Amino acid sequence: MKQLWDLAGVFAYLSLLTVGGGMAAFPEMKELTVDTYHWLTFPELLHFYSLGQLAPGPNMMMVASIGAVVGHIPGALVALVAFFLPTGLLTFFVGRLWSHLATWRWRPAIQSGLGSVAVGLVLAGAIIMGRGAITEIFFGVIALVVFLLLWRTKINPAYPIVASGLIGMALHYFNIA
Amino acid sequence: MSVAEAPSPPAPPSLGKLFWVFLVMGATSLGGGVVAYLRTGLVVRQRWLDDLSFVELLSISQTLPGLNATNMSILVGDRLRGGMGALVATLGMCLPGASLMIAAGFLYGAGGDGPWSKAFLHGIAAGAVGLVVVVLVQLGAKTLKTAADYVFVAATAVAVAFFKVPVPYALIVAGIIAIWWHRPRDKDVP
Repeated sequence: MKQLWDLAGVFAYLSLLTVGGGMAAFPEMKELTVDTYHWLTFPELLHFYSLGQLAPGPNMMMVASIGAVVGHIPGALVALVAFFLPTGLLTFFVGRLWSHLATWRWRPAIQSGLGSVAVGLVLAGAIIMGRGAITEIFFGVIALVVFLLLWRTKINPAYPIVASGLIGMALHYFNIA
Repeated sequence: MSVAEAPSPPAPPSLGKLFWVFLVMGATSLGGGVVAYLRTGLVVRQRWLDDLSFVELLSISQTLPGLNATNMSILVGDRLRGGMGALVATLGMCLPGASLMIAAGFLYGAGGDGPWSKAFLHGIAAGAVGLVVVVLVQLGAKTLKTAADYVFVAATAVAVAFFKVPVPYALIVAGIIAIWWHRPRDKDVP
């Protein structure tokens, strides 16, 4: 039971950090789920996060996997509700007030100011993720190729990411990594 | 607001239809980029929104915390069918991906973490780093306008990633400084 409360607290807190996308919450997610509560290891967190990028819909459904690991179906449901309810309610009510805020003088300042901080948080998330995922030069090459493909072409990201997984298996087969 | 006025906006969809359309988008929006799927589904196919309202709702979604996909479901659902609409749209959007990731959690626990699946997952983790960097570049291109913005980005990232500053502190301190930097000046007021 206590674990369900811990899950609810952790994911409700992470929910509020997702400015600019789910990646912004990644540094704190690693800190809490791996280092503080030991619900899973850092490689496992990376695996779930990456697998979540292949799942359809919102790209942070991996919170349900962590919930399931900790507390089975109830854990998964608690993690999902905790992660989506706080920001969901905020969006619901601010959405209704938005027309009043549209002409507020501070609104553009808040939008640009928080925008750059959000990019900084996503960058921090990318750095922390890269430290765990790019353990060998080959994995750096995979990341670079996927980056170039997605940056320069309109290919569906699912293809290069699945291909990365297959290359990972090939590297394992040839004992390279 | 006369009834005879044409072209009138189409009647709002039923809650069942709303749930179904979001469920289909939630199940088919593979490989991220949910925003493109939302626009195709809501503006082009169902014509529940015009492009102007879509962009307006998207800018709210991007400003507030929360994921774009769920924030958009809430705002579009609320606009079409009120609070219940927001709820069913969000449930539809989340149900397919959430079911898959719950299954992934169980499989991983039940011996799905053998060396082969670990090798596969390590590979996709490297690929996902590439994906995150693309998102970063696109987000940056849209958001960062002045040299000061890049300083805020670098300061926030270094503080969090290298000095382990907790994100809320970084968010509040850097946020206040950055908002103050962009504060409304009197000369901007017409």
